Amino acid sequence: MHEYSIVSSLLDLCEENAKKENAKKITKVEVKIGKLSGVEPDLLQVAFDTFKEKTICDGAEFVMNIQDVVIYCNVCKKEFTLKQNEFTCPKCKSFDINTIDGEDMYLMRLEMV
Amino acid sequence: MCADCGCSITEDVGGHTHHHEHIHDNPQLNDKKTIDVITKILDKNDHEAGHNRAHFDKHDVLCLNLMSSPGSGKTTLLEYLSDIADFKFGVIEGDLETNKDADRLKSKGIQAHQIQTGSACHLDAFMVHKALHHMDLDKVDVCFVENVGNLVCPASYDVGAHLNIVLVSIPEGEDKIAKYPVMFRQADLILFTKTDLLPYFKYDMKEEKKSARRLKPNVDILEVNINDIDSIKRVAQWIRFKKEMR
Ligand SMILES: Nc1nc2c(ncn2[C@@H]2O[C@H](COP(=O)(O)OP(=O)(O)OP(=O)(O)O)[C@@H](O)[C@H]2O)c(=O)[nH]1
Ligand SMILES: [Mg+2]
Ligand SMILES: [Zn+2]
Ligand SMILES: [Zn+2]
Ligand SMILES: [Zn+2]
Ligand SMILES: [Zn+2]
Repeated sequence: MHEYSIVSSLLDLCEENAKKENAKKITKVEVKIGKLSGVEPDLLQVAFDTFKEKTICDGAEFVMNIQDVVIYCNVCKKEFTLKQNEFTCPKCKSFDINTIDGEDMYLMRLEMV
Repeated sequence: MCADCGCSITEDVGGHTHHHEHIHDNPQLNDKKTIDVITKILDKNDHEAGHNRAHFDKHDVLCLNLMSSPGSGKTTLLEYLSDIADFKFGVIEGDLETNKDADRLKSKGIQAHQIQTGSACHLDAFMVHKALHHMDLDKVDVCFVENVGNLVCPASYDVGAHLNIVLVSIPEGEDKIAKYPVMFRQADLILFTKTDLLPYFKYDMKEEKKSARRLKPNVDILEVNINDIDSIKRVAQWIRFKKEMR
């Protein structure tokens, strides 16, 4: 259960950005959670709701966009969304691919006043 | 963040740039405003991990992060390696509680430092940084980080290692690789441990290896059994090779 430590990193990031923008309050937090980021979205939601109280994010809406795994095939020169956890090009079966999304967690957008 | 530690670990950052941004005097906001941030949530950890790696590089030490479920044989492997390895190594130990694993290694003459994470189910780059204050890297060629026994959380945290070794033992049963894809995606080497127990378990080794390579086609795989010293020697050879290739 590392969702709590992830939320604590997230809240720090929110705090920093709010300070930079001179905002009093954050009203919406938008994150992108990769399907293979190792984070359980439900647990993340619970952790966020628990920890946001008394922080700059108190009362903020939490929007999670779940990101599929996307690879780039260096043979086909094309992007593909992986439907299963099989890291070869779905079209030409090459191993010569780069994973470009779906394995990380990002803070994308903040709405503040 | 980098300056507040003040130790030499933070000086050499080779390869990454710091953006020490100035806080501009923005006017107080009156209306709602939306800003695009697009920052990795674990950005600070990743940055610190970069420092740790730079520190290992400076001392010409290969750092390996050992991950697995509790009891898959991480500490046992390190004990056996100490008898046969032709390189010197130290170990940073992560456990929720107790110094038992570090003590086991110290009693074999291995330099070891224990981190007790308390409630954290994984090590992060900051914990490893702190532990590095207690390690004399000039005395070793390789530094292992034995992560907290857990197939989930450690996979999300870069600790500053160069390579990840993930262990999976036969008694844990089949399908562990398919069930924990995030962890096995991180593996540079997968060790199937306790293979002496294969006769007692239903375990299709071939299928498990296939499943590993579906997730990571180029992953290295070895089988380990502490009653077969040659299998430990192959692990040592892999490490030796990776050390020489850096
Ligand atoms: N039969 C058999 N038992 C093994 C082998 N390797 C390790 N064990 C046993 O597995 C048990 C757990 O081993 P540890 O090395 O403590 O496991 P660990 O991964 O360090 O455990 P944590 O640090 O608690 O996560 C011990 O009783 C070992 O003796 C093996 O190759 N064969
Ligand atoms: Mg151990
Ligand atoms: Zn956890
Ligand atoms: Zn292709
Ligand atoms: Zn830095
Ligand atoms: Zn330090």
